[in-house]
Amino acid sequence: MTQILLDHLSVSSLLDAMAQAILQRLQVRQLALSPIMLVGIQTGGVWIAEALQQRLQQVMELLPMGQLNINFYRDDFSENGLHPRVLPSNLVADIDQVHVLLVDDVLMSGRTVRAALNELFDYGRPASVMLVTLIDLDARQLPIQAEVVGKSLSLLPKQRIKLRGPQPLVIELVDQVEQVKKA
Amino acid sequence: MMDTANQLNAQGELQHLLTIEGLNRQLILSILDRAESFLSISDRSVKTVPLLRGKTVVNLFFENSTRTRTTFELAAKRLSADVLNLNIQTSATAKGESLLDTLKNIEAMSADMFIVRHAQSGAAHFIAQQVAPHVAVINAGDGWHAHPTQALLDMFTIRYFKQDFTRLKVAIVGDILHSRVARSQIQALSILGVPDIRVVSPLTLLPQAVATLPVKVCTNLLEGIEGVDVVILLRLQKERMQAAYLPNGAEFFHTYGVTEQKLKLAAPNAIVMHPGPMNRGVEIESAVADGPQSVILKQVYFGLAVRMAVLAMTMASRHPRG
Repeated sequence: MTQILLDHLSVSSLLDAMAQAILQRLQVRQLALSPIMLVGIQTGGVWIAEALQQRLQQVMELLPMGQLNINFYRDDFSENGLHPRVLPSNLVADIDQVHVLLVDDVLMSGRTVRAALNELFDYGRPASVMLVTLIDLDARQLPIQAEVVGKSLSLLPKQRIKLRGPQPLVIELVDQVEQVKKA
Repeated sequence: MMDTANQLNAQGELQHLLTIEGLNRQLILSILDRAESFLSISDRSVKTVPLLRGKTVVNLFFENSTRTRTTFELAAKRLSADVLNLNIQTSATAKGESLLDTLKNIEAMSADMFIVRHAQSGAAHFIAQQVAPHVAVINAGDGWHAHPTQALLDMFTIRYFKQDFTRLKVAIVGDILHSRVARSQIQALSILGVPDIRVVSPLTLLPQAVATLPVKVCTNLLEGIEGVDVVILLRLQKERMQAAYLPNGAEFFHTYGVTEQKLKLAAPNAIVMHPGPMNRGVEIESAVADGPQSVILKQVYFGLAVRMAVLAMTMASRHPRG
């Protein structure tokens, strides 16, 4: 059973608040004038990164947005096999000495982020990486925390959530059915 | 026809790659799609991904082939596998037994994959039947029979430049008789729905069974390449000439060598392919090999991604779905 948990207006206002929070964090860290790049994790993270890029670009300079596809870096390859078609990772600009805002839609176990960090460092050596996520689920399996979170949720064991997009962006709650695992 | 029953698992996924025969269109396209995913890795500064980390891939080459071995080795290394290269010259005595013994010995070292090149048709099939269930076998060329990864990378190249297979005219020119590449190519082109496949060759270099293949036979090069979108040249092997199939290289070049002049008969934007290594001045003029229509080096580049895809897919298929 699927129901809409957050409609596109709610998601949009979460994104507004996240953009504000990112600006604040950058100021606290005195990074507002440093080279900053948003990097979205395929697929949902890219949509969120695009939405944040649009908002942040109005008030600050950003490097071209990057995309990571972590399917070649997953730690569950031996159990879950190979994704049929993996959209390529794409980092237009050099990430050496760049402050990266790593963006995902849902942070759950932390395994996706771990894989993304591994891949990121195969492209270069960022000056720092800050994790940004639309939804933070209380289900961590690794010591990974997001610095900017749109909304924190706790789910029942059989519940999953899923971001639909890119236009409009909607968060769905899926009950019971064994859906594709979101790490 | 060889037994290819164990090439796919119960879910229809690739667990060995022995021949193109028996693969359906969807599976071939899915291999090409995956290869496309791997393509961009070659452009990064760190060119490896950890997909096959901890796996041991053994290049089992009973016949010399530096180029094929190298691309397989590089593909495996780009996937972070450990690679063992074994060049084993076949001894005429006790072939079957020594092959099996060699196999069991390497298997005992916990190998996960064998990439096999052998002068005898069916060698990879034989090995695939003997190995432990967790071991994948990739045929890197067996006798005159098959060279499936070469055919797949050729299909990848054709799709890259021509997109739609169902409108294409493709000519395969050269020694069809001794070519495992040609055999695999014809099967793949036909599965992908290419309506006009031509083989262009002197009668002495055509297999007897050519009439059973889904191809048009041309003994005249000019007729054969007229209007085609893709010209695939095959290497003329010198040892064949010694066996009196042909007078000499110069003679072959005169009749069947593709020159700039003759290439004008093909479609204006036709591409020229060659599996390598090529004999300039025998099957191909240098001006064509280095010309704007040549995609020969692209084939090598794509070949790496296609082999990465095949390696990753055969490994991925032997694990239970979680």
